[in-house]
Amino acid sequence: MRRRSVVKGGALLVVGALALAACGTRADETGSGSGGDQKVVKIGVIAPLTGNLSAIGLGIRNSVDLAIRQANEQNAIPGWKIELRAEDDQATPQVGQQAASTLADDTAVAGVVGTYNSSVAQNVMPVLDKASIVQVSPGNTGPALTMGEDLDNPKRPYHNYFRTCTTDAIQGPFGARYVYNTLGIKKIATINDKKTYGVGLVAQFTKEFKALGGEVVSEQTINPDDTDYSSVIAKVAAAKPDLLYYGGEYPQAGPLSRQMKARGLNVALMGGDGIVDPKYIELGGDTSVGDFGTSVGAPVESLDSAKAFVEAYDKAGFSESYSAYGAYAFDAANAIINGLKVSLKDATEINKDVREATIQAVQNISFEGTSGHVAFDEFGDNTTKILTVYKVDGDKWAPAHTDTFK
Amino acid sequence: MLTQFVQQLANGVVLGAMYALIALGYTMVYGIIQLINFAHGEIFMIGAFGAFTVYRYILPDGTSLWIALPLMLLGGMIAAVAVAVAMERFAYRPLRNAPRLAPLITAIGVSIALQEAVRLYYPDARSKLAFPQLITGSPIPIGFGASVDRASVVVVLVSVICMVALTLFVRRSRMGRAMQATAQDPDTARLMGINIDRVIVMSFLLGAALAAVAGMAQGLYLGQIDFRMGFIAGLKAFTAAVLGGIGNIQGAVVGGFALGIVEVMAVQYIPGQFGGGAWKDVWAFALLILVLVFRPQGLLGERVADRA
Repeated sequence: MRRRSVVKGGALLVVGALALAACGTRADETGSGSGGDQKVVKIGVIAPLTGNLSAIGLGIRNSVDLAIRQANEQNAIPGWKIELRAEDDQATPQVGQQAASTLADDTAVAGVVGTYNSSVAQNVMPVLDKASIVQVSPGNTGPALTMGEDLDNPKRPYHNYFRTCTTDAIQGPFGARYVYNTLGIKKIATINDKKTYGVGLVAQFTKEFKALGGEVVSEQTINPDDTDYSSVIAKVAAAKPDLLYYGGEYPQAGPLSRQMKARGLNVALMGGDGIVDPKYIELGGDTSVGDFGTSVGAPVESLDSAKAFVEAYDKAGFSESYSAYGAYAFDAANAIINGLKVSLKDATEINKDVREATIQAVQNISFEGTSGHVAFDEFGDNTTKILTVYKVDGDKWAPAHTDTFK
Repeated sequence: MLTQFVQQLANGVVLGAMYALIALGYTMVYGIIQLINFAHGEIFMIGAFGAFTVYRYILPDGTSLWIALPLMLLGGMIAAVAVAVAMERFAYRPLRNAPRLAPLITAIGVSIALQEAVRLYYPDARSKLAFPQLITGSPIPIGFGASVDRASVVVVLVSVICMVALTLFVRRSRMGRAMQATAQDPDTARLMGINIDRVIVMSFLLGAALAAVAGMAQGLYLGQIDFRMGFIAGLKAFTAAVLGGIGNIQGAVVGGFALGIVEVMAVQYIPGQFGGGAWKDVWAFALLILVLVFRPQGLLGERVADRA
């Protein structure tokens, strides 16, 4: 017994030592990665590469990979070879923070594309900011990331943060205008799931809808863990709205749509990009036909500018699809590459000054991207604010209306 | 005003019927071996997945409703009962004479194991699954301007039939009386020639069958199932069982309905910041605390409280 425990302890020690040694070598390798005649600059990716959201995360990683390959082929930055370094954030803030630290420690990293989740971004931003690494997100829609918590007195929290997609602050009003002006509906009810995203979306929608002259007849909440919405539906139905606006995500919105129609509340449900997912239609059933969802950007397939991207992506032979945010990730990567063209022109190595120069260069970029014109305003938001209303038609989300928000 | 009240009452009754069905499983097992079987919520989940499996993999498309529903129910029951009996045999029986904390912790372990097993090995179970919409049609008016949808009528009818059948079984049948005897005094019951092991298995079996009914009912009524559904449902049903008086079969039914109705009425009538759907669980658990403070034995009391 005693001998066995000694053996066990010894084995543990050996394993521990090996693990430490392994870490050591890896760190060394990344430090001396800039050998050869071409110097190496790395673009990091922080996205959910595993788990529920991995389809989106892998689409983001592959699209960045594609942008990098194209840049290297064209020798976009003379003397420099761009490499991809993708880290998994598992859609979890803590894991994302570790990923950010890993990238910040890699001296060759000069820019990061990511994250997908706004909650993860909150933990990633301070780490990258400290290391002066430019961050361009393809999918964060939380308004606070660029405007700060107080949207009426916006103040930019981090100067290194940019995003290519539009925010929830635009999505709510965009939906409200569609409902009031296009559908001609003046009386609605709202439900939110009490999470940051849902509460914010409903607040922005309500503000614009009331400003237009519409009436909000009932404002309800549900618990994200709930499965039975009958009592809330009964309360909403009593107020007789002509449309229900829901702030939240499809796992709750789908069953909510199905239940409200089974319980006799036969009006359309509308939500934000959180419900625009095939799973919504599956959970909502046949009666979800006619429901609406707004989402950022235009459907990639419909854009002329995106055709080349889709073609190149298909040709590159990735095993996963580019998914909903691939085009934004591709633009985000190109924003960084365009910035690097400026900041690396006379640089011999990547240091803090070069990283800062990259941030400035990205702030000033302006190019025709896959998802539209890409340029950043004083908060780091994309100046092109294109959104689309989708409508459930049969078993898919069909684009109903694409417009630029002004 | 009255319309709203009747409408919400109807919603509460449907919700309560499902809580009561699950609560019966908690209370029967507790009555006989004083184990709070925290894995019972997962038996409910497995019942729902069993019924879904029959629909998805076995029934041909376009099977008539009257054939599909009983077969799905049967599938759900077989899955739930098989898992429950195996759980009793392999997880709880070896701990029969261990300190009471050991089976309790085991129950939590079994609960996590079952959830994860479904998440990992059932196809597409990582996200919510849409349960087939079998019972369709417009809502049925029930007077006062209120109406209920057709699935909920089926849910309530089936639940009431199950509860009546269980009561009759426990009161009238030989096995039922053996269960009562074991609940009162297991040692004396054994001396009287009752096979305690069989009685215990029976209580797990009956509880699982009822949980499967509830699982399928939830699928039909709410249109969705997922591997986590047992956690919240189990917690609510446990609350219902304690509310009515744990160990007491009528108590579980009363507690289930009381909990369901309190939840919906809280949504309807509590105004302001602490009202609305997001707070209904808070009021349900507040009720539990109040009952435990002023009437610790539960609403109907524990029928077997005078056990040695």
